[in-house]
Amino acid sequence: MKGKLILEDGTVFHGKLLNNIKATGEVVFNTGMTGYQESLTDPSYCRQILTLTYPMVGNYGIADLFMQSRKSFVNGFIIGELCEVGSNWHYETSLADFLTKQGVPCLYDVDTRAVTRKIRSAGTMKGIIVPEDAAKTEIDELFAVPIKKDVVMEVTTPETYTMEAESADAPHVVAMDFGVKQNILKSLHDLGCKLTVVPAHTTAEEVLALSPDGIFLSNGPGDPADVPEIVEEIKKLIGKKPIFGICLGHQLLARSFGAKTYKLKFGHRGCNQPVKNLLTGRVQISSQNHGYAVDEESLKDLPLEVTHINVNDGTVEGMRHKDLPIFSVQYHPEASPGPDDNMYLFDQFWTMLKGE
Amino acid sequence: MPKKENLKKVMVVGSGPIIIGQAAEFDYAGSQACRSLKEEGLEVVLVNSNPATIMTDSHIADRVYIEPLTPEFLEEIISKERPDGLLATLGGQAGLNLAVQLAERGVLEKYGVELLGTPLEAIEKAEDREMFKETMQKLGEPIPESTIVEDVPSAVEFANEIGYPVIVRPAYTMGGTGGGIAENEEELIDIVIKGLNYSMIGQVLIERSVAGWKEIEYEVMRDGNDNCITVCNMENFDPVGVHTGDSIVVAPSQTLTDHEYQMLRSASLRIIRELGIEGGCNAQYALDPNSNKYYVIEVNPRVSRSSALASKATGYPIAKVSAKIAIGYTLDEITNAVTQKTKACFEPALDYCVVKFPRWPFDKFVYADRTLGTQMKATGEVMSIDRHFEGAILKAVRSLEIGVHRLHMDKMDAWDDDRVKKNLARINDERIFVIAEALRRGIATVDEIHAITKIDKWFIHKIKNITDVETTLTSEPLTPKHMLAAKNVGLADVSIAEITGKSVDEIRTTRKSMGILPSYKMVDTCAAEFEAATPYYYSTFRAEQDEVQTSNARKVIVLGSGPIRIGQGVEFDYCSVHSVWALREMGIEAIIINNNPETVSTDFDISDRLYFEPLTTEDVLNIIDKEKPEGVIVQFGGQTAINLAASLQKAGVKVFGTSVDDIDRAEDRERFDEVLTQTQIPRPQGISVTNLEDAITGAANIGYPVMVRPSYVLGGRAMEIVYNEDELRDYMSRAVKVTPDHPVLVDRYMQGTEVEVDGISDGVDVVIPGIMEHVERAGVHSGDSIAVYPPQTLPSKVIYTIIDYTKRLAVALHVKGLLNIQFVVADGEVYIIEVNPRSSRTVPFLSKVTDVKMVNLATRIAMGSTLKELGYKSGLVPPKPYVAVKAPVFSFAKMTDVDIALGPEMKSTGEVMGIDYHYARALYKAIIGSGTNVPTKGCVLFTVADKDKEEMKQLAKAFSELDFQIAATEGTAKTIQSMGIDVEIVGKVHERSSDIIERIKSGKINMVINTLTQGKHSLKDGFKIRRATVEHDIACLTSLDTAWEVLRVLSFMRERRLVYSLAIQDYVGGGDGLA
Repeated sequence: MKGKLILEDGTVFHGKLLNNIKATGEVVFNTGMTGYQESLTDPSYCRQILTLTYPMVGNYGIADLFMQSRKSFVNGFIIGELCEVGSNWHYETSLADFLTKQGVPCLYDVDTRAVTRKIRSAGTMKGIIVPEDAAKTEIDELFAVPIKKDVVMEVTTPETYTMEAESADAPHVVAMDFGVKQNILKSLHDLGCKLTVVPAHTTAEEVLALSPDGIFLSNGPGDPADVPEIVEEIKKLIGKKPIFGICLGHQLLARSFGAKTYKLKFGHRGCNQPVKNLLTGRVQISSQNHGYAVDEESLKDLPLEVTHINVNDGTVEGMRHKDLPIFSVQYHPEASPGPDDNMYLFDQFWTMLKGE
Repeated sequence: MPKKENLKKVMVVGSGPIIIGQAAEFDYAGSQACRSLKEEGLEVVLVNSNPATIMTDSHIADRVYIEPLTPEFLEEIISKERPDGLLATLGGQAGLNLAVQLAERGVLEKYGVELLGTPLEAIEKAEDREMFKETMQKLGEPIPESTIVEDVPSAVEFANEIGYPVIVRPAYTMGGTGGGIAENEEELIDIVIKGLNYSMIGQVLIERSVAGWKEIEYEVMRDGNDNCITVCNMENFDPVGVHTGDSIVVAPSQTLTDHEYQMLRSASLRIIRELGIEGGCNAQYALDPNSNKYYVIEVNPRVSRSSALASKATGYPIAKVSAKIAIGYTLDEITNAVTQKTKACFEPALDYCVVKFPRWPFDKFVYADRTLGTQMKATGEVMSIDRHFEGAILKAVRSLEIGVHRLHMDKMDAWDDDRVKKNLARINDERIFVIAEALRRGIATVDEIHAITKIDKWFIHKIKNITDVETTLTSEPLTPKHMLAAKNVGLADVSIAEITGKSVDEIRTTRKSMGILPSYKMVDTCAAEFEAATPYYYSTFRAEQDEVQTSNARKVIVLGSGPIRIGQGVEFDYCSVHSVWALREMGIEAIIINNNPETVSTDFDISDRLYFEPLTTEDVLNIIDKEKPEGVIVQFGGQTAINLAASLQKAGVKVFGTSVDDIDRAEDRERFDEVLTQTQIPRPQGISVTNLEDAITGAANIGYPVMVRPSYVLGGRAMEIVYNEDELRDYMSRAVKVTPDHPVLVDRYMQGTEVEVDGISDGVDVVIPGIMEHVERAGVHSGDSIAVYPPQTLPSKVIYTIIDYTKRLAVALHVKGLLNIQFVVADGEVYIIEVNPRSSRTVPFLSKVTDVKMVNLATRIAMGSTLKELGYKSGLVPPKPYVAVKAPVFSFAKMTDVDIALGPEMKSTGEVMGIDYHYARALYKAIIGSGTNVPTKGCVLFTVADKDKEEMKQLAKAFSELDFQIAATEGTAKTIQSMGIDVEIVGKVHERSSDIIERIKSGKINMVINTLTQGKHSLKDGFKIRRATVEHDIACLTSLDTAWEVLRVLSFMRERRLVYSLAIQDYVGGGDGLA
């Protein structure tokens, strides 16, 4: 059936609606050409309406192997062509079936380039997905639905769980799950770590009680300013153990030192963002998904230094503590989707864990 | 300023003539590199033997040498210019090989020249089979297991070790004969026995076969600081087994998961780092469609054909960035030319689908083997862009200009289902059409077609989407819904018209009234994430928003020339680009439409706006509706653009330059006869016949030999010279279908000197920049002849007549721009053969050697200026004191089964130029530059037709006097003996099975002079001899005229210094004149 995306400012984009499920959310775009399943199941997109700029989606279907979390947390999915018949040896089910099963509202046959151009110039904004003939009252109601702020609580693991290491004397890492992607856990585990994944609301005391060799602060959705209670706990962890943060974890870490974060106009979402390592002068291509960034100015008088910047817009992409074994990056070294140029960061964490 | 501060002067090596496998993409790469180096303030010295290119324009480099690409000439130029650096990785394999040779000969060291970009060791590591194997093993990157064996048991043992199927490739055979794929031991033994026989050195290579796997390519960049990025990846529609140059290719990959995409991307980065490449590089993989297993098939340590494609597909200028890297910049220091905001250190994100489709020469080489395999056969390619695969593939098909506008070939309508099914298994240029036909008829499912072809089901499903819509259109009325569905799968109006039985005009009007119009989108490297400055667009029917901002300025559309094919090469791109530049100089916005990714014209910073679209009436009219230009210029885009003139005019579009009616007066035989009568210019006597009897009577009246050609080409050899009635009967039955609608033209064949002229006219005055005399007498296609500027043998009376006729014709045809005329001079009389009121193949050559900006003038005239206003007077521009020779270059080594004998049908793929103050040296340069292997001693074999024997006698004598041994077949030998010359008689091929062939194989014959003899045996024999010369790289001259000129060169070689070079700037500037 016919459907449409209506943006807060009244702009309308037309398409076809899968399963007649309506949606409200913050409309963002991702420029990756592959990895639609990884993005769909990346908890960082929680409560957002995800638009893909690549116009043909579903080409290789869906496979359990590529799930980044237990389900898709997106509030809506806007794409060009919805490929009906996927083809790949990994293929288990079609994208359409997956979306249906997950209850993800999907508007397809949309001019997603037009949507992207709009967001690029006007900034990220609220939008709704409705049937073409939706009544005005219905539209108003959907716009009236507030976008939930406690997104971290929605995506975090409800319970603590452990991933055992092969060797008995493996370093133990406690991963604070703010919406962690599976491939981060896998990457840490592949290093040889024993992992304990704890819910976002776990206190510093509880974390330390697990006597970890290092602490990992995960990626996750939303505005870092919305979770001051987590920042308070992180403060208590500083100086106790080596810490590695990714994405939201990086922002929360910065805030725990008193740095500021701010909202980017339309964020960085894609697999092609160049990041310069200021320590080596080398540039790596990174996978990114974030709408907020750490304010470089606010780091000035703190014991933190910027280690990575974005080559396109100069924003902070990584930092480290001047004295302590603490570092974090804004982007996703675990890829999935995206390039694995930055796996070296996991090795760096490993070195810290080993106390080398 | 370059980052490497020691660099002041850099030498760039081009790729030479266009051959199959090395085409216009290197003109694009080289031009971009030169401009990129110049903008850094470097002095650029360019060497390239190909005059048809933009890169050899005198404003592209400070010093342009149009000289043979041999180490000797390069050393001469280096010794003279003393460059600080040499950039060779943008000149294709030719450039790379030269760099290696110069380094090996110590030339670079001797003159202190730094090899820029990728270091020599990296080149060797990628190119040397053993070193490559070692490097990949060290990295843990798998390459297909292979070994060389000399007996059957070793082959079997190895195959058992690695598993079947295996590929068997005999070493050193003619045209790769004797190889094959073995699925089991029995087949292997059979193939190896044959292969060992075929191989001249008794060796065969056994390699794991990955035929049927997915073929994936990555374009990778690396800088001196070890930053690496991939520009794009590409997936071949055709699985491994078909050369990537002959494959339909999509970008980005469509059927790879993110995991597979990243796996191969990471492998590419590991490889480029390990090799140490600085600049662009291309890596090809075979990916198992059923596991994560892959093999590295090939790595090209340089800018390649795929790089040009990737640049156009993404907007990322690989050649430009490679050049900057070569002079010391790192990727994060180089600005992204598209966004002007971001840096070159990023990976382009595409939000569209790109399809590349090869253009094969099988329309010209109708007897060639159309099977596609490991040897590339395409001469060119087209690229198309849409938001979805269906649209892109159909645009590509329309762009090919092979007489189809959808995935349907008329001839297959006559095939029964069985034949269609059988053809699914044939891997040739028509496979995709067969697949569509099978789907259309519903005689094979997607799964069945996949099982036969191994083409990924995703692609087959997409084709089915198209044929399904076609089927609906045949049975249901054309409602807005169906019209939209048709446009949404990319069907052209003409296709919808064909399917529904309506007229194209009707479809177009209906469609527009339904509000179904295309939108135009931008190619911006970043999927709209950043605002971009590139005026590079494509159309799509599946979009809501059109983002092209048109302006109200004066604007004109220049139509490009489409894919490179035999007869329409890079010359026409040269002309289109110059026309665009002329318009921009005049302050008029220039918009170009073209679909060839290899060319300079489709570089996004050439025109004010580039539309990457098919050159068909609908696609062009859609852009005209959008842009509303003052008009279009058609005279520079070859026949492609000329063919659109009438339909565009009919649609109300203003065609600038010579009018459509006058073009028709030149092209239509009867109307042209009227022009000739009116201007009192003679042409060889001829008639148009509609049946065999008339042809026989007519030919008898005219007198044999006659030149015959169809007004309608059926698929046979189109044009032939026939010497008697039997041959005429044979031709009429074999090559043409003669009906009242399709007459055959019978003309007197005049065995005279052919002369070619390019002129510029405003309809009143006519400027003739130069006259070119052909070495080969009339009967050899002008594109295959050696052309000499200025004429060396024509009396002034003839020249005056030619000037006079040219003026008369230009005025009579009201030419507004360029015209090209071919004359034949016989017994002192000048006859006209044909007039083309448009740019020609010789325009770049002539522009360069005469320094007349021909296209610029022609564009200004087309826009309303006069020659007087432009400061030109009527008449011939005084000839220069130097001589320039244009020689054809063929790609026969790539096309087995093609006869190399020169004739009225064009066969060359490219050309080179030799320029010098001495005619013989200019000729030497042209012949050496063309790659002809001229021997300085040894044995020359003569085998000629009876009609040529008298003339051949003198030639044999002359060769004998130069101490060549002479060999000949019996009849020819008798004639030679009559001159008292020692001659060895060799048996004809069919008499003593392989005498001549054996001698050629074993190097006992060093050159062959052979003219075409009619008759069953002779034709076959001659063919075998000629093909043997190709396989063994021996010069074979099929025209006595060429032979005489080679002889002249050989004499000259004994007396004079051969290697002497001047830049084109020196010649036209008159400097260093009497050296």
